[in-house]
Amino acid sequence: MISVENLCKEYADKTVLASANAAFPVGCITSLIGPNGAGKSTLLMMMAGLIKPVSGSVFFDGVPVGDIPVADYARKVATLRQSPGFNLRLKVHELVAFGRFPYSKGALSAHDRQVIDDSIAFLSLEHLRNAFIDELSGGQRQMAFLAMTIAQQTPVLLLDEPLNNLDMKHAVQIMQALRRLCDEQGRTVILVIHDINFAANYSDHIVALKSGAIHFNGPVYDAVTETLLSDLYELDFEIINSKRGRVCDYFTPVLENENEVDG
Amino acid sequence: MNFSTQGSAQVSCRCRRGLNVAGIDWRLFSCFCLLSVGSLFVGADTLVLDDLADPLSDSWLTLTASRLPRLAALLLAGVGLAVCGVILQHIVRNRFVEPATSGGLDGAKLGILVSLTLLPGVGRFGQMMFAVVFCLIASLVYVAVIRRIRFSNTALVPVIGLMYGSVLSAVAEFYAYQNNILQSMQGWLLGDFSKVVQGHYELMYLILPVVVLTYLYAHRFTVLGMGEEVAGSLGLRYAATASVGLFLVAMTVSITVITVGGVYFVGLVIPNLVAMRYGDNLKNTLPVVALGGASLLLICDIVGRLMLYPFEVPIGLTAGGLGGCVFLLIILRGGARG
Repeated sequence: MISVENLCKEYADKTVLASANAAFPVGCITSLIGPNGAGKSTLLMMMAGLIKPVSGSVFFDGVPVGDIPVADYARKVATLRQSPGFNLRLKVHELVAFGRFPYSKGALSAHDRQVIDDSIAFLSLEHLRNAFIDELSGGQRQMAFLAMTIAQQTPVLLLDEPLNNLDMKHAVQIMQALRRLCDEQGRTVILVIHDINFAANYSDHIVALKSGAIHFNGPVYDAVTETLLSDLYELDFEIINSKRGRVCDYFTPVLENENEVDG
Repeated sequence: MNFSTQGSAQVSCRCRRGLNVAGIDWRLFSCFCLLSVGSLFVGADTLVLDDLADPLSDSWLTLTASRLPRLAALLLAGVGLAVCGVILQHIVRNRFVEPATSGGLDGAKLGILVSLTLLPGVGRFGQMMFAVVFCLIASLVYVAVIRRIRFSNTALVPVIGLMYGSVLSAVAEFYAYQNNILQSMQGWLLGDFSKVVQGHYELMYLILPVVVLTYLYAHRFTVLGMGEEVAGSLGLRYAATASVGLFLVAMTVSITVITVGGVYFVGLVIPNLVAMRYGDNLKNTLPVVALGGASLLLICDIVGRLMLYPFEVPIGLTAGGLGGCVFLLIILRGGARG
């Protein structure tokens, strides 16, 4: 459905992304992982059409995204970014209503209202419906923004670090909501994520980037291995299989091991 | 079940706030009506109610040739300036911006000066076109500059605007000085409604279509206020919409400057007050903003007319003073967030 071909991006003379090729599986959660500055967010923003690539193209259903009008693309792909500068005083239901903007341009139909209610209910935000978003906690705020993105009812959702600055409970709530979006509604979710354990336990597919190149692209099972992750993050990883999933332990690097390898 | 409780909660919320269907507080509306009527009866000539039935009486003439035009001009300017403030604040994404703190007002003045010297016989409409072009360019430059610089402190944005406006003003003054029209230019520096009589204010009616267009674009302007990335993700053509907004602002500012002069703070105070209580969803708040702007100007005008009765203090002074005080209060109460 969405794929990138030979995608390149440079700022001044620094190459952020060099000739990236990838196809993203439909109806799956794909996590973009990798160290800071690997080009994850740049790749995501180019797929969202919010940054123009230097060369190469993003394709949606085989059509180059550059050829799709912005207003049409907003009905195919919804993007959620961290928006620290967002200072509008809107109520939660008003914010979610703007998710219908690509369809209604403001005049909400009965169907639009239904979708807004459903999106709010999907994330169990009914009790916050009439709260102003600038008076919410960070986690509730992020949920409200996610509800707006869901209300856009696009087959593809792109999320840039949706778990940033959230406590564990809200992070789990958001990941479970994304899981349900895929499993119940068949939507494709692509997200940039730093917490490797969330990526390992909630995604179907992993695209790993390292210094502006795609390092790995495949199913999550093949991605979460000690060798691949150690190589990707240059950290010592231990994968622990538990009944509830896989845990990547990288918190305390084992120095003796390194010495042995070096020796 | 759930749905019905939600509905009743909304209804009770509405009753508590006294909102009617149009989203306007009835207290605000009745206040506005009182002010409008009051404005008609304040002035050097007293209106005699009994005489108003006679179309040939002095009172009738005062009412139709001076008081009603003045009321109309006040309402249009108040509505226009408050709406302008809100549009600019959404485009620049800063609550402290209005035409007077973004170079727009000074750009319009410069435009009028240039038209006066280059094409003296061009008339009011021609002057307005010049003012619109200069105001639009000045605002575009300001927005371009603000977008290039990433500020950590939001108060810097209007400060830059004030500096920029002062530079434009200085250019205008130098230009006026060279062309010996400094004196006539001083006339527009301060807003003054005392010159508004029948035949000299009709240009103001052009503000009406601007306000209607703004209302039609209300959702788009709210999306603009969410920033370029959110706007792009929602399928809004950011640059085009922002340009439309700046054009509407340029129209309103130019029309007001030509007809009544520079009026400050209305575009700053009213949107901030409204946002604190009603939020930023323009489709709902624009009517309140418009009503608030008109009411504030009415108050300032009545105060100005009564202060040194039977003489008048220009509205530029009263609006600046009153607006400045209210604005200080808003900042001190911490209502105006970055």
